[in-house]
Amino acid sequence: MAVNRMGARALRFRNAPRIAGHAAVVGKKEGEGPLRGTFDYVAEDDHFDQPTWEKAESEMQRRCIELAARKAGREVRELNMILAGDLLNQCIGSAFASSDSNVPFLGLYGACSTMAQGLLLGACLVDGGFADELACAASSHFCSAERQYRFPLAYGGQRTPTAQWTATASGAAVIAAKPERGRVAVTGGAVGQMVDLGVKDANNMGAAMAPAAYRTLSDYFRDTATEPGDYDMVLTGDLAGVGADLLIELFKQDGVDIRPVYSDCGLLLFSPDQDVHAGGSGCGCSACVLCGSILRDLEEGRLRRVLFAGTGAMMSPVSVQQGQNIAGVCHAVVLERQEG
Amino acid sequence: MHVSKDEYDALLKQKSPNSPILKDILWAAVIGGLICTAGQGILNLYKMAGLPEKDAATATSITLIFLGALLTGLGWYDKLAKHAGAGTIVPITGFSNAVVAPALEFKSEGLVLGMAAKMFTIAGPVLVYGISASVVYGLVVYVFHLA
Repeated sequence: MAVNRMGARALRFRNAPRIAGHAAVVGKKEGEGPLRGTFDYVAEDDHFDQPTWEKAESEMQRRCIELAARKAGREVRELNMILAGDLLNQCIGSAFASSDSNVPFLGLYGACSTMAQGLLLGACLVDGGFADELACAASSHFCSAERQYRFPLAYGGQRTPTAQWTATASGAAVIAAKPERGRVAVTGGAVGQMVDLGVKDANNMGAAMAPAAYRTLSDYFRDTATEPGDYDMVLTGDLAGVGADLLIELFKQDGVDIRPVYSDCGLLLFSPDQDVHAGGSGCGCSACVLCGSILRDLEEGRLRRVLFAGTGAMMSPVSVQQGQNIAGVCHAVVLERQEG
Repeated sequence: MHVSKDEYDALLKQKSPNSPILKDILWAAVIGGLICTAGQGILNLYKMAGLPEKDAATATSITLIFLGALLTGLGWYDKLAKHAGAGTIVPITGFSNAVVAPALEFKSEGLVLGMAAKMFTIAGPVLVYGISASVVYGLVVYVFHLA
C-alpha cells in the first residue's frame, strides 16, 4: 500500500511542500475585471510585443514564470524543473516559453485543469525528494485558442449563452521543499478520472466538466472524511455559470450544500457586463485566479484552507467534428496556510 | 449518488439558458434589412450613373463584397455580426467576411500554406455545395428542356 494515499484516491503530502512564490500575468480584458489589482502584470496590448498570437502566449507564460521565480527569490535557471501546459496543439505555448530557460521541462496537457495537474505533480516531485524547487505554470490566450478551436477573430459569428470566454492569462507558482520558503503549503490532493456523461456541445463545456468536478470532490471528501464546511473555499477551475449551477445541483441531490464555501474561477475572473457569456475558461483562467488573488489571500490570512479543483474538458476540434462526447476531468489540490 | 446520462441531460437542459431567439431574430431582420437596403441604394446609384440593369447588379455585388472585406479588415464586421447573426451572414457581405477573416488570421503561417490555403476554410463548403447544386440544376434544366 502506498503510504501517501488515503482511501481510494486522495493523496497526502507529508512534508507539506511550500509555495515559495507565485505570479499572474493577464491580458487587458482580464485586467479590467473584478480581480484587477491582484495580478502582477497586466498587458496593455495582448500581443505582448510579439508578431503572432502563439508567440504572445509563450511570452506571457515566460514572463509569468520569471516573475514567480523572482518573487520566490530565485532566478529561473536555479529551478530544478518547470512543469507547464497550455491549450495549443503539441503544447507549443509552454514549450517555447521555457525553450531558453536551460531548466528541465515537462509539458502537461489537462485542458483547463492544467494548473491543478501541475501543482499536483509538482508537489509529488518535491514531496518525494525529486526536486528542491520547481515551477508549475499554465497559460491560455484568447486569440491563439480561438483560431485553433473555433473561428478567425474577424469572422462574424454568434456565441451561445452557455459558451465560455478563453482567458488571456497565465499563472505560475514555485513549489519548494523547505518549510521556511513560504507560508502556504500543498498538503493533499487527488488525481481525477475521466467522466463522460454524454455532453457533445463544445459551446457548453461547463456542463461537460461539472460531473468530473462532482466525482473528484465527492471522492476526496469521502477519502479524507471531510466535508465542504471544513474548507474556507472550494474553488473549481472554470465551470462558469452553467457548470457551477450543475455542480451545486449534483451535490444537492446528495443532501450537501456547497454554496456557502463554493466559488468558481470562471465566474471570479470576469464580471457579467464584460460580455463573456457563461464566464471565463482556458488553462490561464484558473491559473491566474489561483496564482493572483487566492494564494495572496492564503498568505495574508484571509483564507486558511482552500480545496482547489481544476476542471478540464477533454476534446479537440477533430473529436467534436467526429461526433465524440466531451469528457471532463478534475484534479484536486489542497492549499493550507501554515501557522508559525 | 449515481447520475445516468439521461438524467444528466435533463438536468443540463434545465440549467442551460437558451439563446434569446426573439432578440436575435429582430437584430437579424433589422441589420440584414439595412444591408439589403444599402444594396438597393447602390444599385440605384449605378443605374442613375447609366449602367445597364445587369451590369449595375454585378457592380453592386462587387461593391458589397468590397465593403464586407473592408469592414472585416477594420474589425467592425464581427462586432456588428455579434448582434446581427444571420443578418450579417446571409447577405453577400457575410460571404466576403467568411473569406477575408481567415485570410487575415492565417497570414502568420505564410502566404501559401497560411493565407491562401486557409482562405476557404469557412466559405469552402458554400462554394462546393453551391457549385454542385448549380450543376445539378443545370442538368435538370438541360435534360428536361426547361429552358
